[in-house]
Amino acid sequence: MQFNSFSEVLAMGGYGAYVWSSVAIVFAVLLMLIVHSCTAKNRTLRLLRIEQERAEKISQAKVANAQALFDKR
Amino acid sequence: MWKWLHPYAKAETAYNLCYRLLPYFSWLAAITLIAGSIWGLLYAPSDYQQGDSFRIIYFHVPTAIWSMGAYTSMAICGLIGIVWQIKNAELAVYAMAPVGAAFTFLALVTGAVWGKPMWGAWWVWDARLTSELILLFLYLGVIALYNSFEDKRTAARAASILAIVGVVNVPIIHYSVEWWNTLHQGASITKFDKPSISPDMLWPLLLNIAGFLFIFAAIVCLRLANQILINDARRPWVKALVEQSSTESTSSVKGKHNAV
Repeated sequence: MQFNSFSEVLAMGGYGAYVWSSVAIVFAVLLMLIVHSCTAKNRTLRLLRIEQERAEKISQAKVANAQALFDKR
Repeated sequence: MWKWLHPYAKAETAYNLCYRLLPYFSWLAAITLIAGSIWGLLYAPSDYQQGDSFRIIYFHVPTAIWSMGAYTSMAICGLIGIVWQIKNAELAVYAMAPVGAAFTFLALVTGAVWGKPMWGAWWVWDARLTSELILLFLYLGVIALYNSFEDKRTAARAASILAIVGVVNVPIIHYSVEWWNTLHQGASITKFDKPSISPDMLWPLLLNIAGFLFIFAAIVCLRLANQILINDARRPWVKALVEQSSTESTSSVKGKHNAV
């Protein structure tokens, strides 16, 4: 270890603000990227499910409509 | 000879491959990044000129290297997509662009934060910094171009062409420190003779360079799998996946409403 105490680690020889802010930015951006990428699959599946259910409802309504027309005659 | 590659052009096979590779890349990335960062920040010796501020190198150099590496692989995928009409390669272009853009952004920001104490300026308009900024704009251009077309095949072709044309910027970034006068220092590792950096400082740097490559691979696996899903939305295998996910998440709700 290059440092003798925790406060020395924080100070980074006087450059603490620069070193630790760049570390924070790097891991914050990586974390955002990881979270956004991990949740992408669920977002896509939810979107496709909504689309599929709508398509199903529309086709069911069409069948019902045709049946009603047929019954009227 | 190359026949074993052919099944991977199929969407479902590529999708499954992404999720098979994901755990390996993720674990390798976690191990190398944690080890490299702790080693670099706490155990590597201080620089004789820059003191402890040089420790930003452990994030600046890997993100800068892979901002160019990601762009090159993105352009290669674009070329493959255009020449051989392989859809997965086109999707990979769009999967890689945001990760590369994030790396470029991080290289610029960590560079600015390093430049302030060492050069006395957050930013200077010299060749290395300006060409890296142009790289960020190229990434954003690829993302924007892909999103501006309704038809995704046209979108992918336009984005691929921009990616291929923009690759001319990569050697400019690399050689900018040799071609023009600059504040930015030259290469220390990729010289043909011995690297001009102490091994105690070099090892954690190499670990983090590997770490950022692995995390790039892991994130691209996730994003590419997602793009394949979107692109194949009307195929039976995706419909089966959607059905499966809906029975998993809403089985109780559906049971109440569907009672006839």
